[in-house]
Amino acid sequence: MSQIAFLVNGTSVRVAADAPTRTLLDYLRETKGLCGTKEGCNEGDCGACTVMVTDDSGSKALNACILFLPQLHGKAVRTVEGLSSPDGTPHPVQTAMVDHHGSQCGFCTPGFCVSMATAHLNARTDHDTVLAGNLCRCTGYAPIIRAADAAATQPIPDWMQTDAFNVAQISSGGAGGEAPPLHVSPTTADELAAFYAANPDATLIAGATDVGLWVTKQLRDLPKPTFLGGIKDLQTIETNGDTIRIGAGVTIESLLQAMTAPHPSFADLLRRYTSLQVRNAATIGGNIANGSPIGDGPPALIALGATLHLRQGDTRRDMPLEDFFVEYRKQNRLPGEFVEAVTIPKTAPNLRCYKLSKRFDQDISAVLGCFNLTLQAGTITAARIAFGGMTGTPKRATATESALIGQPWTLATITAAAKAMTQDYQPMTDMRASAAYRLTAAQNMLTRYFHDLNGTPVSVLEVQP
Amino acid sequence: MTIGKPLPHDSAPLHVTGQARYADDVPLPANALHLAFGLSTCAHGTITAIDLSAVRTAPGVTAVYSAEDWPNMPDCSPSVHDEPLLAVGRVHYVGQPVFLVAADSHLNARKAARLAKITYAELPALLTVDDALAANSRFEQGPVVWTKGDAATALSRAPHIVEGSFEVGGQEHFYLEGQIAFALPGDDGGVSITSSTQHPTEIQHKVAHALHLPMSAVRVETRRMGGGFGGKESQGNALAIACALVANATGRPCKMRYDRDDDMMITGKRHDFEIGYEVGYDNTGRILAVEFTHLFRCGWSQDLSLPVADRAMLHADNCYHLADVRIESHRLKTNTQSATAYRGFGGPQGIVGIERVIDHIAHAVGRDPLEVRKLNFYNSNGTGGPGTGRRYGGPNSPVNSQPQTTPFHMEVEDFIGHELVAELETTSQYQPRRAEITAWNATSPILKRGIALVPVKFGISFTLTWLNQAGALVHVYQDGSIMLNHGGTEMGQGLNQKVAQVAADIFGVDTAQVKITATDTAKVPNTSATAASSGSDLNGMATKAACETIKSRMAAFIADKHGVPVASVKFADGQVKVAGENYAFAQVAAWAYQARISLSSTGYYATPKITWDRVRGKGRPFLYFAYGAAVTEVVIDTLTGENRILRVDILHDTGTSLNPALDIGQVEGAYVQGAGWLTTEELVWNAKGTLTTHAPSTYKIPACSDRPRIFNVALWDKPNREDTVGKSKAVGEPPFNLGISALYALSDAIAACGNGTAYTALDAPATAERVLMAVQRQQGHV
Repeated sequence: MSQIAFLVNGTSVRVAADAPTRTLLDYLRETKGLCGTKEGCNEGDCGACTVMVTDDSGSKALNACILFLPQLHGKAVRTVEGLSSPDGTPHPVQTAMVDHHGSQCGFCTPGFCVSMATAHLNARTDHDTVLAGNLCRCTGYAPIIRAADAAATQPIPDWMQTDAFNVAQISSGGAGGEAPPLHVSPTTADELAAFYAANPDATLIAGATDVGLWVTKQLRDLPKPTFLGGIKDLQTIETNGDTIRIGAGVTIESLLQAMTAPHPSFADLLRRYTSLQVRNAATIGGNIANGSPIGDGPPALIALGATLHLRQGDTRRDMPLEDFFVEYRKQNRLPGEFVEAVTIPKTAPNLRCYKLSKRFDQDISAVLGCFNLTLQAGTITAARIAFGGMTGTPKRATATESALIGQPWTLATITAAAKAMTQDYQPMTDMRASAAYRLTAAQNMLTRYFHDLNGTPVSVLEVQP
Repeated sequence: MTIGKPLPHDSAPLHVTGQARYADDVPLPANALHLAFGLSTCAHGTITAIDLSAVRTAPGVTAVYSAEDWPNMPDCSPSVHDEPLLAVGRVHYVGQPVFLVAADSHLNARKAARLAKITYAELPALLTVDDALAANSRFEQGPVVWTKGDAATALSRAPHIVEGSFEVGGQEHFYLEGQIAFALPGDDGGVSITSSTQHPTEIQHKVAHALHLPMSAVRVETRRMGGGFGGKESQGNALAIACALVANATGRPCKMRYDRDDDMMITGKRHDFEIGYEVGYDNTGRILAVEFTHLFRCGWSQDLSLPVADRAMLHADNCYHLADVRIESHRLKTNTQSATAYRGFGGPQGIVGIERVIDHIAHAVGRDPLEVRKLNFYNSNGTGGPGTGRRYGGPNSPVNSQPQTTPFHMEVEDFIGHELVAELETTSQYQPRRAEITAWNATSPILKRGIALVPVKFGISFTLTWLNQAGALVHVYQDGSIMLNHGGTEMGQGLNQKVAQVAADIFGVDTAQVKITATDTAKVPNTSATAASSGSDLNGMATKAACETIKSRMAAFIADKHGVPVASVKFADGQVKVAGENYAFAQVAAWAYQARISLSSTGYYATPKITWDRVRGKGRPFLYFAYGAAVTEVVIDTLTGENRILRVDILHDTGTSLNPALDIGQVEGAYVQGAGWLTTEELVWNAKGTLTTHAPSTYKIPACSDRPRIFNVALWDKPNREDTVGKSKAVGEPPFNLGISALYALSDAIAACGNGTAYTALDAPATAERVLMAVQRQQGHV
């Protein structure tokens, strides 16, 4: 039987590939007896199960509760138990967490320590971003940030740098095992295309940040789980003239980094796309194909005028991204067809993305508004506006756009156009927001956009105490 | 001296390495069963048919139980017998356990629990306080009413009156470690339980009752919890009872832990409530009379709702002297989760009510709410500094020198609000910042800032007087090592470290020499819940008593040996100092053992001075009050209602702190949790009575970036006037109320959007949505 081979705290392990939806968390706790990694929510929202996973693209924090074992093949896992040196010398983040009183009940602490150690290894000091996916109910975070600041001044311990070396050996077959069965993890897009066309009932799993919950929360048995993480040719970002082609397998975190220069507002939005642990796993292809009515990727991509590239076997077709979303959870996708890539323009200086959620970080949008107007000599000559959270799919505000095009760039135009938004959307009330609030906030976002482009401060994040 | 040292949490090195063992980390015997409840999908109804055949035949299932299996259905309630373990005939809320599955794995138990076919004949469900009031669905016969003076007459004479009502939401505890227990059957019919509980004795009591065993046959241990916050005072009963019953029936170890979604669907939360008020005041904003109506949504069973609602009444004054006051409290029974204990235990609900009144009056008289707050403060009774007007005729001097009393007729002897707030006002630069914010707002069309200073006075003691007792068990071994057990439980607050510091201080040894093991009903009996902020007050004193007993025996022994007075023997620096000789503590312990001196003792403490008649609302329910104050500054976006806390300054009273590092940790964490309650944490039930926010994906506790950018916390480090352990004060709950300043800072920012004619009337949680609605009211849009 084929096996999944990976490292756990530097030691090679092999697991039979007969339970492809077993989570790393369950494996660590139940099989390995490594109980430092905790289950807080079992859905990737609390970070108590955070582990560090290293592969040839580097070391990343991931949520073990929604990480299936086949996703780890050829990689190195480091748990909280593996942060100290083999002789027991604590990692600088561990020392700092003790010294700065960063733990109280201690249940979230292992996850924090792993997130912090991973950030430390990657020389990241943007603690709010790095730790947005780790919830603590006791401390109020202040002492944890003090600890992170203190640890940042300490050198990276030698033992934290061994995983990258050892992983290289696994990848080259040095310490690894046989590959898992082919049908669960293709390594090229062609391979996937052939397999999926022949097996349209297969479950495609990229980051498993959504599919993971089908298993841990809906308790479903997944037909033909097919892991896409090894398909390198879906993980590229290419600039071709005026456009950027983003492979479906690009993680949200990689996309964030790639968007920082060309589309800073999109990058800011992606920074608030759940947590680093989830962004490190989730892919843009998954975000699109999953057809969430909210996003957060599609509304921004639609506002950018993205073209979607679909593939079924050897047949490819393109469409404007907005045409992909038919109705709630229904997409214009044929059996056996998958998202191969999405193409966006390289520049859109007027793109602004506004995310509204109950909590700033790591929350699902109540309303997500993305605006991209073209202005020429004080007149609006083109408009692309798309929203998430306003109806059953990510959708363009075509009536609003019509009310803007050809009009002067004035607050009066904006106010008049905002009224047209009632034709575009009849939002619903749910646990995130009421229908009335959604509509008002969406209309006000257009006003915000006007002030924003004109240079008036509009974000509470800009205000420093 | 080990008391007062800022030592880290005793388990911190275990926390950061993942070695700290929680209940789910304890290895179980191989044949253990895993349990899961099947839950009601109906808010109120009669079970007309229940088909569990698919559950029974699901993979890995060993046994399935429902009401018909247990004719005498065990009860889980901590108060009255109104919480059957499994629904009997009728369901009372969505999420109520209806049947119980035992399987070979946690996952198989959960999967099987989804396979039942249950049909219900739906009955009308009471979901809101209005529904319950209309149906007169309540606990106790009618509302509880406490009065002082004559509010109606005083209101009729008051020159000005404002009235209003507002809603404040509940709060999910969101302890990171969900509810869990396991049971190991004994060889004599008894059972040993490990539970993540704040109340091991309650678990023992309920399990004994369920199994018809004497309490002595049930042993409960709790090493540590991954957070409690009141959510593990009574809500763990069901899991422990289920495990004990199945362990008893099958002879196999049983473990049960709730998946997060199940946890949030099944267990109780902080009471949401509605408060109505009518207040009379003079031209300056001084309160002349106030009437409150509290509507508490208690859920389907009584649980701890009566004392919670009592404590809200007991904090309806906060720091303000209310001469004529009437408080009417309705404890309403609804078809929702049974609301339960949550940090503050009703106190925050009472405090947020009077702070709303102050905010409203300040708007009406056009003054800074801080001025109105100070104007209404209790008089000081101190012996120095500002606020000693009763003795010196200062600005805070009362007209006569009669002591002021709370609405429940308790004299306020220890009020330090004047001095504490004056200091915080200075250190936080409140006045210059308020001026700067006003100027900034005038130039900022879309973003507005706001600031508020809110004080807190919080009563310390259980209001159920008999709970104010504690026990400890201390052993000194012949090698000088010390084993300590007390009745309190460790949920992150650092109780064990504080108590170890007390013990080490008495024996004059290093804290590391004192070992505290799991809380164990077999070692210290009849304990109270670790609740009401009482953990270190009660258990610290009980431990002190036990240590003093042993120390006095050792001192008498060594003094006798040297022929010197006992009083001349000193324990310090790990040594016993007697007659010019310094002996290692271990040496004296060994000698005492050889001299057949008992080196083991229990200790006991009962809080003095307290008396309470809850029916009449009179007495002294509290030994003392803990004080604090917070200044919060916020910014809001008037287009979306989005908001951020920018800066927080806190000055909090912990008496003479036993451990300032742990105390500051409590204050910081409590503030953020309190602010979360009133801002982003919103519980939503749909029209069918189903909680739709039952996971962290939909229920949003503060995340890292929600903490204040600037967060200055200082302790008011002056001794408690009462004789508490080390002259310290309780710290668990009081600072939770400091988060209320965030709500009123938002109110202040919203007020900057209008012309001053309309009161902001901001309900809580003040989500972006509620903030925007309030902004629009200010702008005249609504």
